Amino acid sequence: MSADSKTDRIQRIIARRRRHDRIFSMIGLLLLLMCLGTLVALLADLAIDGLARINKQFLTSFPSRFPARAGILSAWVGTLLVILVTACTAIPLGLAAGIYLEEYSARNRVARILEINLHNLAGVPSIIYGLLALGLFVYVFQFGRSILTAGLTLGILILPIVIVATRESLRAIPLAIREASYALGATKWQTVRHHLLPYSMGGIFTGIIIAISRAIGETAPLVTIGALTFIAFLPPSPVQPQPPFVSLEWLKSDFTVLPIQMFNWVSRPQREFHINAAATGLVLIAVTLLLNTAAVALRYRARKRVRW
Amino acid sequence: MKNLMHSVAAGIVAAAFVSQTFGLRAETDTIRVDGSSTVYPVTEAVAEEFQASTGGKFKVTVGISGTGGGFKKFGRGETDISNASRPILEQEIAECRKNGIEFIELPVAFDALTVMVNPQNTWVDKLTTDELKRMWEPQAQGKITNWKQIRDSFPDAPLKLYGAGADSGTFDYFTEAIMGKPKASRGDFTASEDDNVLVQGISTDKNAIGYFGYAYYAENKDKLKAVPIDAGKGPVAPTEETVINATYAPLSRPIFIYVSKKSLERPAVRQFVEFYLKNVADLAREVKYVPLPPSAYEKGLERLKAGETGTAFGGHSEVGLHIDELFNRPLKK
Repeated sequence: MSADSKTDRIQRIIARRRRHDRIFSMIGLLLLLMCLGTLVALLADLAIDGLARINKQFLTSFPSRFPARAGILSAWVGTLLVILVTACTAIPLGLAAGIYLEEYSARNRVARILEINLHNLAGVPSIIYGLLALGLFVYVFQFGRSILTAGLTLGILILPIVIVATRESLRAIPLAIREASYALGATKWQTVRHHLLPYSMGGIFTGIIIAISRAIGETAPLVTIGALTFIAFLPPSPVQPQPPFVSLEWLKSDFTVLPIQMFNWVSRPQREFHINAAATGLVLIAVTLLLNTAAVALRYRARKRVRW
Repeated sequence: MKNLMHSVAAGIVAAAFVSQTFGLRAETDTIRVDGSSTVYPVTEAVAEEFQASTGGKFKVTVGISGTGGGFKKFGRGETDISNASRPILEQEIAECRKNGIEFIELPVAFDALTVMVNPQNTWVDKLTTDELKRMWEPQAQGKITNWKQIRDSFPDAPLKLYGAGADSGTFDYFTEAIMGKPKASRGDFTASEDDNVLVQGISTDKNAIGYFGYAYYAENKDKLKAVPIDAGKGPVAPTEETVINATYAPLSRPIFIYVSKKSLERPAVRQFVEFYLKNVADLAREVKYVPLPPSAYEKGLERLKAGETGTAFGGHSEVGLHIDELFNRPLKK
């Protein structure tokens, strides 16, 4: 009798815990569906408005007062070139800084202060970076309101994200790997170059892509440094028919970017412009998704090579 | 790492290809315009036509830094032309003077602020400027919340206010025109910098009233009802005619471009400004702004030719000025 009631009680407790488990997983699923639902609703809304507007004309035309003739050529070329400069500055700098902080620097007060400030920097509103860039790049360095300035601005903006991602990925590698490398007589640099970097590439790529995706959507700092809205020509080509065949003139060129074009169209009175804005939004999302897919593919390949 | 290099290289090649395919090769003179987003649609239309008519010989760029932001760049000599939805202010003139920039003030079109209600609102036939003041003045905050408090014949219904955000030139102008002091307004209303949000709000709320630029009303005539304004001489509805003959007062204002005299030495800029004044009347109408009377553009061209610099406003904004006065007054440099 008493043994029976004991089993009974235990079973009741088990049943109750199972029920709690089920309830929790259901709540989790519900929340997940809510998040996904919001995303799908947003995308669907954009797609319903804008999808039909995306065609060759839209992608190869300059801004116009006629919504049907307007396009985003100068905007997407601008976005591409600005992001190119951003990637070329933020990635090498961020990687180097991350490796230094994680592998080389001494663990002392200075390092701790650096670390705290790095995390603070990641949280600074983007318009502040715009103001910094206006003072530093435009007025002190005289880079003008150019693609170079914009790229560098977004580069600084995402630098903390790249550094933090690099450090986290390096930290995830077991200490034993480093010790094994040293045991075989490798120098610190050889250890980093041949072991730590390749093994952490997956995580680093993820960080870089998140950072670049953020940079693509930024408007505020670019408006501050003077991105344009109406610009009906493209930057000079980096490749020239005459020697020396390459030209960096495009770095000095005026520009506009996708989010600014979108912002302008959303605030216009004509409904047709709002459709253009939705289409621009779709292109922006497509570019971001494309980059993300590329990152996932790269990460997959990087991970596959790692065997330990 | 290698992959990364590859993708960067691919990016450069792709960008090169694009620029190669579409880019302009020859060196051309760029005309730089920046400033108010209210004036932007007009200048965009002119820039588009100008580039088309000159076959891409000249480049024009237009930004939307806002009237104040535009004057900052203009005062430093970074732009050739500044779009402005209000006259240049004292400190901006001082900045120009410091850097040796002389400017020519040219009104280019009208922007009429329109007071709007929902089409289902049957009781408002007109509003006097006094009634608007009672509705919007700072003292009304939290107290004037019912239509009945505005006029006895109005029904007992909640008063829902929609207006421009405090950073916009529309807000500055409306408050100055109605309250007599810029930025003097109650704070408890639905504010947005984006007029489309206000259109949306008023068109779905029977008890709503709000104000914004005429262009947004012109695009949404089926969803909104414009309220005639009575400033003491009988109610006047906003139309092209009443704006041009200055009877739609005090809520219509001229918008301007300011041209740097030094930039005018470049043939491209001079040609662009002349093109602007000769064609803006039609183009402004296309983008739903009210053009100035033809005589104003002729006087503008004369002023341009004579190179008369300075502002007719003396460094502060003013309400309810007739367009002719902008050309008859002495100019302050």
